[in-house]
Amino acid sequence: MSRRPEPAQAHDPAARHHLAPTRTLDIDPLIDDPDIRIVVCCGSGGVGKTTTAAALGLRAAERGRKVVVLTIDPARRLAQSMGIDSLDNIPRRVKGIDDSAGGELHAMMLDMKRTFDEIVEAHADPERAAAILGNPFYQSLSAGFAGTQEYMAMEKLGQLRSRDEWDLIVVDTPPSRSALDFLDAPKRLGSFLDGKLIRVLLAPAKVGGRAGMKFLNVGMSMMTGALGKVLGGQLLKDVQTFVAAMDSMFGGFRTRADATYQLLQAPGTAFLVVAAPERDALREAAYFVERLAEEDMPLAGLVLNRVHGSGADRLSAERALAAAENLEDSRIVDQENGKAGLRNSPDTYGSSDSSAQDVPDGGSPATADDTGAGDAEADVKAAAERSVDRLTAGLLRLHAERMHLLSREQRTRDRFTALHPEVAVTEVAALPGDVHDLAGLRDIGDRLAAHRPELPGTPEATA
Amino acid sequence: MSRLQVVSGKGGTGKTTVAAALALALATEGKRTLLVEVEGRQGIAQLFETEALPYEERKIAIAPGGGEVYALAIDPELALLDYLQMFYKLGSAGRALRKLGAIDFATTIAPGLRDVLLTGKACEAVRRKDRDGRFAYDYVVMDAPPTGRITRFLNVNDEVAGLAKIGPIHNQAQAVMRVLKSPETAVHLVALLEEMPVQETADGISELRAARLPVGRVIVNMVRPRVLDTADLELLGAVPRSSVARALSSAGLGGARRGGHAERLVDPLLAQAEEYAERHTLEAEQRAVLADLGLPLHELPLLTEGMDLAGLYELAKELREQGVS
Repeated sequence: MSRRPEPAQAHDPAARHHLAPTRTLDIDPLIDDPDIRIVVCCGSGGVGKTTTAAALGLRAAERGRKVVVLTIDPARRLAQSMGIDSLDNIPRRVKGIDDSAGGELHAMMLDMKRTFDEIVEAHADPERAAAILGNPFYQSLSAGFAGTQEYMAMEKLGQLRSRDEWDLIVVDTPPSRSALDFLDAPKRLGSFLDGKLIRVLLAPAKVGGRAGMKFLNVGMSMMTGALGKVLGGQLLKDVQTFVAAMDSMFGGFRTRADATYQLLQAPGTAFLVVAAPERDALREAAYFVERLAEEDMPLAGLVLNRVHGSGADRLSAERALAAAENLEDSRIVDQENGKAGLRNSPDTYGSSDSSAQDVPDGGSPATADDTGAGDAEADVKAAAERSVDRLTAGLLRLHAERMHLLSREQRTRDRFTALHPEVAVTEVAALPGDVHDLAGLRDIGDRLAAHRPELPGTPEATA
Repeated sequence: MSRLQVVSGKGGTGKTTVAAALALALATEGKRTLLVEVEGRQGIAQLFETEALPYEERKIAIAPGGGEVYALAIDPELALLDYLQMFYKLGSAGRALRKLGAIDFATTIAPGLRDVLLTGKACEAVRRKDRDGRFAYDYVVMDAPPTGRITRFLNVNDEVAGLAKIGPIHNQAQAVMRVLKSPETAVHLVALLEEMPVQETADGISELRAARLPVGRVIVNMVRPRVLDTADLELLGAVPRSSVARALSSAGLGGARRGGHAERLVDPLLAQAEEYAERHTLEAEQRAVLADLGLPLHELPLLTEGMDLAGLYELAKELREQGVS
């Protein structure tokens, strides 16, 4: 989507109690667009990236598209919700979706070692492939070191795309130490695999081990010497054997990394940056937005998860707290006059010594039937009222907390919007619990597509 | 008390914050701690509101009672050059290696080398002594990679040891592993009272235990304050809307009649309370799961004003009071 600078009016301090994005990200037109073939969800860890990817996939499928969701490391129950509790590197059809619009949902979990093995098997003759797969250096490289997972995720994406079986591929990115890793790592691995270093490593093995050293210039031999010293002779030999065996594939790695990279830049791809309205997550999101722009990657917008709202946002935190204190004060006043001594409530029974009346702690009306006297009835009523006062004071304190949270989220949001007013945003209201079934994912999908976060049970929402 | 304290946790649980608070908490009474960052995110600098940390140990905070916190952001490339210089006096060859991409290779892609360098540097700081033979740091606290990667990160020395069966890397890896698997080390996991972080904590602990790495404590971060008690929660389901409206009205929030100010507040307030109740139940379940892990369990409060330097000292105080240091 093109960058359209707009006045940063969302940074208006008057717009306080609800989050007002400059531009709204419309999810449905995005996932319905037949030209959009890949959606990449990226962002820092713990912001609900995988859930967002799964929810988008489900929504797109139920709106009629044939979708595959590529997840990297889903939480167990989320994976189960899509019926992929085994890691087998093959897209599996998700059952139980509404396919009345003619769509399909498939999901898979990336097995990075398997993906790497497949590349080797596909590009080397069986003998050579066996040599590579058995090499200890290869085994550790493929079992998951910095970069491999990112590379393999992109590799898998390229594979899925080239099969052209799906209308839409939704990709979740690996939980990298930095959100940027998945853009960098494929290139780094690619440039390593056909870089200068490889040629140095390759040289002695090619010309026949030590005997070949004399053909190398002094600088080169010093280099392998130094590498041998550092890595140890045996490891160096493993690396050299690996490199020799992989020789024919090197060009391939670079080419594939480049091809995937171009695929990401293509107009059929849309990036969604996922974040939560927290300082660190939005800082990472801002880096990501900048980085995507630098790399000419098409950013569709920001998905802001776990946004809080309040149906009573016209009641400020300060007023709510003052009212809560009012209720609590009046209780103390009650206690000091007349019959207050008979009133029991959980937090005052210590001071209001129980008199003749045997009213249990908590003063529940039902347990006071045997007291009979009108006086006692009044007491019971007063006790019930006090419980309601207590609860109401609690409700008000809870609300004050919510309003503080809202304004904190708003401040964090404003900072992001001030930096990147051009980024379209969609907000997803916070849920009290985790998602572990299709209904939950569907709910998230609805929230993603709604222009305003819908709050359960609050018709006013944050209009 | 273990001298190397490793702090991990699922992304988003605030492990950097907890690591920093722990370093502060351990620095009481004139003690000196080193807070180590290994992921190049400059999270420590942001937390302590200072400029980006160089690859150099520098003092970043004074703890109450005169202790000192030093911080170090380990850069794997520089650590490797350091290491080469220290053991091999490679000099210009080291620079040439760098030019060739060997350093980049070694620290980004080579199996485990990066991790050996990072953990190796932390272990070196643990064992370092000054001229008087006293430890340079009383404690080293490491802000480690997230739970999903922690076992591989710490155990990678084993993997390297398997890969490089002899040679200098092998020896280095063995030495590091001896520290990491000894009681000198404790790995703490930061969790939140939510399903996924708790599940990940439980999984992480099994993995650490299987690798025979010493598991320390579970620290639950960002625990929300208790606002409604059990009696309130019971009443919540049964209370007539009109009574709440009357109570709100008596607190000065407008009319209690239908359509009045107070009356219109009832539904949203009750909805918020229902959310609270639901979350409260979920939290209680998750707390029980964590308690079953059989590890010391600590809770740190959610700071309502967001995380800042003052909040960090508050959390450190909390950790001290809970006997973590």
